[in-house]
Amino acid sequence: MDLSLIIMQLLSGIALGAVLVITALGLTIVFGMLGVVNFAHGALFMIGAYAGLYLASLTGSFWWGLLLAPILIGAFGMLIEFVLIRRLYGRSIDDPLLLTFGLSYILVEGVRIVFGSDGIPFPTPPQLIGVLDLGIGFFPRYRLFVIVLVAVVLLALWLALEKTRIGLIVRAGARDPVIMQVLGVDIGRVWLAIFGLGVGLAALGGVLAGPMRSVNPEMGSLVLAEAFVVTVIGGLGSIVGAVVAGLMVGISISLVALFAPEMATIVMFALMAVVLLIRPQGLFGVRGRTA
Amino acid sequence: MSKSGSTSKISRRTALAGLSAGAALLAMPRLGRAADETIRIGFPTPLTGPFAAEARDQVKCAELAVKLVNDKGGIGGRKVELLVRDDKLNAGEAATRTLELIEKDKVHAVVGALSSAVQLAVNEVTRARGVIYVSISQSDTINEAKDFSKYTFHEALNPHMTTAAVARQTLKKGMKVAHLVADYAYGHEMLRGFKRAQAAIGADNVGEILHPFGAADYSTFMPRLMSMRPDVLCISNFGRDQANAIKQAVDFGVKQQMKIVVPVILHNQRLAVGPDVFEGVVGGANYYWGLEAQSKSAAAFNAAFKAANGGAIPTDYGAYGYSGVGSLLAAMQAAGGTDTDKVVDALEKLQYDLTKGPQHYRKCDHQSVQSVLVLESKKKAAMAGENDLFAILANDTGSDDMLRSCSELGHAT
Repeated sequence: MDLSLIIMQLLSGIALGAVLVITALGLTIVFGMLGVVNFAHGALFMIGAYAGLYLASLTGSFWWGLLLAPILIGAFGMLIEFVLIRRLYGRSIDDPLLLTFGLSYILVEGVRIVFGSDGIPFPTPPQLIGVLDLGIGFFPRYRLFVIVLVAVVLLALWLALEKTRIGLIVRAGARDPVIMQVLGVDIGRVWLAIFGLGVGLAALGGVLAGPMRSVNPEMGSLVLAEAFVVTVIGGLGSIVGAVVAGLMVGISISLVALFAPEMATIVMFALMAVVLLIRPQGLFGVRGRTA
Repeated sequence: MSKSGSTSKISRRTALAGLSAGAALLAMPRLGRAADETIRIGFPTPLTGPFAAEARDQVKCAELAVKLVNDKGGIGGRKVELLVRDDKLNAGEAATRTLELIEKDKVHAVVGALSSAVQLAVNEVTRARGVIYVSISQSDTINEAKDFSKYTFHEALNPHMTTAAVARQTLKKGMKVAHLVADYAYGHEMLRGFKRAQAAIGADNVGEILHPFGAADYSTFMPRLMSMRPDVLCISNFGRDQANAIKQAVDFGVKQQMKIVVPVILHNQRLAVGPDVFEGVVGGANYYWGLEAQSKSAAAFNAAFKAANGGAIPTDYGAYGYSGVGSLLAAMQAAGGTDTDKVVDALEKLQYDLTKGPQHYRKCDHQSVQSVLVLESKKKAAMAGENDLFAILANDTGSDDMLRSCSELGHAT
């Protein structure tokens, strides 16, 4: 087994991990700040892919789809928060969980009715078709683009949270919402924005995944499971955890695929089991957190 | 459920009530098995899950077969009813639904299933209860003596026939062949078929990778497949797995280095990822609508399907639904009813031509002897219309020589 093959395999793992990171990030931010376990996250990922496809065909450019779909679906997420989820704050964690679970069925069936349940093609943007010669092997341009874009989004998100005034309010709001209200911050607006951000990230994941797999109404269900595994490994609510765990899962799947391909899907769950045994709160989670 | 024939039931109900008062009402479902009653066909198929597109086409075509018989007055004056159930692509679910169909709905026969593993579960249930089952999913196992029963019929192609036909068109002596295979019955049987065909042709196996069933990402298998440097890559998986695997192989530039071959090239999956991705991919098929240029049966089937479905064309797995139900109903017609032994006998003697040319069920294993198509996906510029997906490379006429011999399968000869 030569080294170049292992490097190529690592690269596939990072590309795979990049999409996992983006989707898990939305899930973990919403849980960490709002205490809402969003079971509709996978369905919103799928809606994002359809929205991206629709907007791309409307404008004739993938790039508009990539830009507008997360914004539009993020706004839709804010509507969901405003109309539905808001009413359940302060109640048991099961209530928003059940709500979003039901919502995911409605969204999937809605897409089935509008677009049909067959898969539809999502063409790769023409600039990114084909492979790039890396000297040690060929790698799809589009997947390299996904890695770069996800890195940029992560950097922007980190800067926004750590270096801006809004980020400060958000972080403080996650720690102690009551004090924030006493200080005169409208915490409801912060939560609205956070939920919108989480949903927008799910949609971004969907648009990015579109050209890599076929787009169909069930594409979100597998993604939801993967995103949950990643957030559990990384620690529920931890942003750093989602990034590290996402890449870890992607690379593990990829390296296991090299040696025992039929085990590639199981490794993710094995990893989760091991982490839960050693560190039940996840790699970067806070012990005893009840949101 | 049954709308027609209810008037005759009521008249019998009143007659029986006169004889045995209220008890007759409770006994109604059992007494209902009379000659004038509706013929019920159970139809388990995976309406949800990664094979949903193919399953829905099966249902449409099976309904068409039933409608055509009912339009002509049914079988011996009895109407036919199709009872569709979602098996969720799960063997346990399929067994439960089939048991319900037999015990509760009192079906006279079962047709259906789309996954090779699920059909074996359905077959377990039907053969234990002596109910006829016409399977419309690819399988070699169902032909073999240990899974066979006199009630088991197999309308679909089997992996042995399919892979042999595809290999004949695509492999040559000395070629290097790699395999990407779904890790369950269908993939294993296709792999076995390809390897047998490869050995006969003299092509070399350079490696095989098993992937988990229903995987969404295949990128992690690509570097290793490329490093095997094969001339041909055989991708043996089904439904959305096929679309995703081919799409990602193409993204990795696999087509520049090797030819992609699949045992069964799927109409719906070609639609799902578009012409550019599938361009040049070769695979086997039981049916393609374009066969109408060379077959009158295909033209008639296409026309009937279009009339019933707003101008849409029938697909490969859809055609199985039509010929599976159609052949069963033809045998019931010949047997003059639903008596199981008589229908089995009629099926064994049946010569039918419903979609693509003459077919018959071989006596020893009840495998349908039929033609095998080999198709190549057209490039976008060569398509005459949006439905012009494939070029027909070969249309091998059905013969017993295509099948494994009865003695090899363990049947008494």
